[in-house]
Amino acid sequence: MGLVSRREILFAGAAAGGGLLIGWHLDARAGPRAATKVAPPVFAPNAFIRIGRDGRVTMIVGQVEMGQGVDTSMPMLLAEELEVGLDQVQVEHAPPDDKLYGLPGFGFQVTGASTSVRLLYEPLRKAGAAARSMLVTAAAQTWNVDAASCSVQKGVVSHPPTGRKLAYGALVDKAARLPVPTEVALKDPKDFTLIGTPAKRLDTPAKVDGTAVYGVDVRLPGMKIATVAASPVVGGKLISVDDSKAKAIKGVRQVVRLDDAVAVVADDMWAATRGLKALVIQWDDGPNGTISIDDVVAGLEAASLTPGVVVRNEGDAPAAVASAPNKLESVYEAPFLAHATMEPINCTVHVRPDRCEVWTGSQVLSRAQAVAAKSVGLPLSKVVVHNHYLGGGFGRRLEVDFVLQAVRIARRVHGPVKVIWTREEDIQHDVYRPYYYDRMTAALDARGQPLAWTHRIVGPSIFARWAPPVFKNGIDPDAVDGAEQLLYDIPAIRVEYVRHEEPALNNGFWRGVGVTHNTWVVESFIDELAAAAKQDPVAYRRGLLGKSPRARAVIDLAAQAAGWGDRLAAGRGRGVSLMYSGWDTYVAQVAEVEVSDAGEVRVRRIVCAVDCGTVVNPDTVKAQIEGGAIFGVSGALYGGVTLKNGRVEQSNFHDVRVLRINETPAIEVHLVRSSERPGGIGEPGTAATAPAIANAIFAATGKRIRKIPLERQLRSA
Amino acid sequence: MLTLKINGKSHNVDADPDMPLLWALRDLLGMNGTKFGCGVALCGACTVHLDGSPRRACVMPVSAAIGHSITTIEAISATPIGKKVQQAWLDLEVIQCGYCQSGQIMAAAALLETIPAPTDTDIDEALSGNICRCGTYPRIREAIKRAAQARAERGG
Repeated sequence: MGLVSRREILFAGAAAGGGLLIGWHLDARAGPRAATKVAPPVFAPNAFIRIGRDGRVTMIVGQVEMGQGVDTSMPMLLAEELEVGLDQVQVEHAPPDDKLYGLPGFGFQVTGASTSVRLLYEPLRKAGAAARSMLVTAAAQTWNVDAASCSVQKGVVSHPPTGRKLAYGALVDKAARLPVPTEVALKDPKDFTLIGTPAKRLDTPAKVDGTAVYGVDVRLPGMKIATVAASPVVGGKLISVDDSKAKAIKGVRQVVRLDDAVAVVADDMWAATRGLKALVIQWDDGPNGTISIDDVVAGLEAASLTPGVVVRNEGDAPAAVASAPNKLESVYEAPFLAHATMEPINCTVHVRPDRCEVWTGSQVLSRAQAVAAKSVGLPLSKVVVHNHYLGGGFGRRLEVDFVLQAVRIARRVHGPVKVIWTREEDIQHDVYRPYYYDRMTAALDARGQPLAWTHRIVGPSIFARWAPPVFKNGIDPDAVDGAEQLLYDIPAIRVEYVRHEEPALNNGFWRGVGVTHNTWVVESFIDELAAAAKQDPVAYRRGLLGKSPRARAVIDLAAQAAGWGDRLAAGRGRGVSLMYSGWDTYVAQVAEVEVSDAGEVRVRRIVCAVDCGTVVNPDTVKAQIEGGAIFGVSGALYGGVTLKNGRVEQSNFHDVRVLRINETPAIEVHLVRSSERPGGIGEPGTAATAPAIANAIFAATGKRIRKIPLERQLRSA
Repeated sequence: MLTLKINGKSHNVDADPDMPLLWALRDLLGMNGTKFGCGVALCGACTVHLDGSPRRACVMPVSAAIGHSITTIEAISATPIGKKVQQAWLDLEVIQCGYCQSGQIMAAAALLETIPAPTDTDIDEALSGNICRCGTYPRIREAIKRAAQARAERGG
């Protein structure tokens, strides 16, 4: 399959029924050229498939590629039912259009939350099946035979009794005149030829030779480059700028003042960067200018002493804990985390009186379009968004703050301007994974078995801001995800959520968000229970999973593969974790750590067992778990953005430490064969990691760490 | 006007002598394969070769590159080792988002030019300056070994 890439982006208008298409030709390296007409498709039964008379099959992917493999997995779903080979298909990226490409259940275009395969598994297969059914009907009518007597392989319809064959290209005119079926039969999974087989990724050839185009690589005629300093304190305002020195720098063209940011517009990034450094800026810090990390934590702690909204309630857990002779109480903390996507935040905008064009990499295309339209005061139809490969998303590009900022700058610049944040600007103006604060209690019987479990989650609601309708009855479903579904068989369970908005930093999604935080708490605390019961952590969990065979199976698989119970050298320990959440994927992880006398923690080995139901592209699933685990190790060992006087104290990779190759453990991923519905896979590897490491540190040292970053905490423990 | 020799060709660039090579490549010459990641030589996304040695283009002034032979990701396939590294990257499906991979590939190719059969320690030392947030490190390690093996078997 050839990947058309951004060089030929087609903007489908009313694609259903093969309506008019407005073609747009973009040369990735030379920048966009004038719009040129592209021949309308002959057969376009839905927004995802077009087939021309030449037999060329084009698949339009509404999800954005940020490394997770949707450019390959989405076409696999379509191609499976359309009965074409991946080598016969070309991929295009969809324009912003919530009506055509809105994610089921979300209603708008979004790539995130481990949803792509999980939520599009059936819709895309149905789209493929509908197209196939129409093409087969067209062939059957041509031959005057029963459609049921025809078969399809690799884009060719045949009638075995008579040996006649017609390729899709020869059938498109007739098929296009047929009604699009509303009910279609999907293939029996046993007949799958693509789903479940390893397919080579389609986006990678351009990523080994430097030709892949990310947002930051956009080049346009007459384009300026800008870099920006936003108020170092959230809510701060610009008082004044002395730009005399900046303007004297060769290549600096303009200094743009916004009420909360200053941008230097230049011929190149070097001039822009030097210009920004030469500015003398005075800020009014506003109400957040005195806030430090301790204030944030103190606020969370106070909130944690108030009752929350009950998310799950079985039995009377608080009463059971209060009256139990044998109880445990713990507090867990999870810090602010920066995304630090390798591609720094950027957005290119060209504002003209009657239209606005945006070039970026976004996980929410239609939101990028909407925020630009609102800022420039144009209708959506006058705002074109060109999306590019994302050099990492991890939730950061679910936000459009940087798109809005770039549009505001571009409104004051003549011609196109590419706004690039320095790494320092990225680290200090991120939309951070929230700080969470959790109170846990449990009661044990004389044998150490849990009688009751309470979990009070304290943290802000991302959804209340990001998608308000999702925040219902005082519950943010993400904040409690992974805690609410606790699989352990405990007679009394109470899970509460205290919404507490944190000052001074903006917060948002970060690979796994709620689940990553909750799994850390739940799986650390169940480990505490096992230790209090003087039982083996794996055996203890197994004993509580009688009603969850899939969970038990992944624990067994991970434990066996990891050699659980085998002796380890002094200073080493193994820890286990189980992850289950709304993603509907089960992961068990065994981490093996080595702790030096100085308290340095090295994760030596990670073994994951994964049951994500039906697997579409097995190698991608493995890659997502591997990478997710590594992302999780970085966060668990080293993560933690702090603030002082309202300012983020970290700025670049020297103090936002992330895992490097020499620190990376050996990672094994074992997939469970399953025909269950597909679960999410982008985030589970991350979510399972922190508790496995913390539990391994406990096994190695006897020290229970209840606060991330684990390494710093261990050293001060 | 400065003259830089990049990928075997001479380029005249109107650059401030202090301008980092990264921005001369990207903004003046439109060679976008070399990536901006941190600006201070902490992440390796901007790795290029200067006379075959890996260098961080984000902190290297163009003036320091004059008279030297610069190789970027756009031309690494012209070297037998570079080509094998790229093929190993594809064979083992190393890449996820891909943004850091130009730098990873350049670092790996430079390593294999000097050490044909690197050990894990050699790989750690040569690649520990290259950050990947997607977590492709285990596959990078395997791909380097694969490329080394391919060279041992087929020459080059």
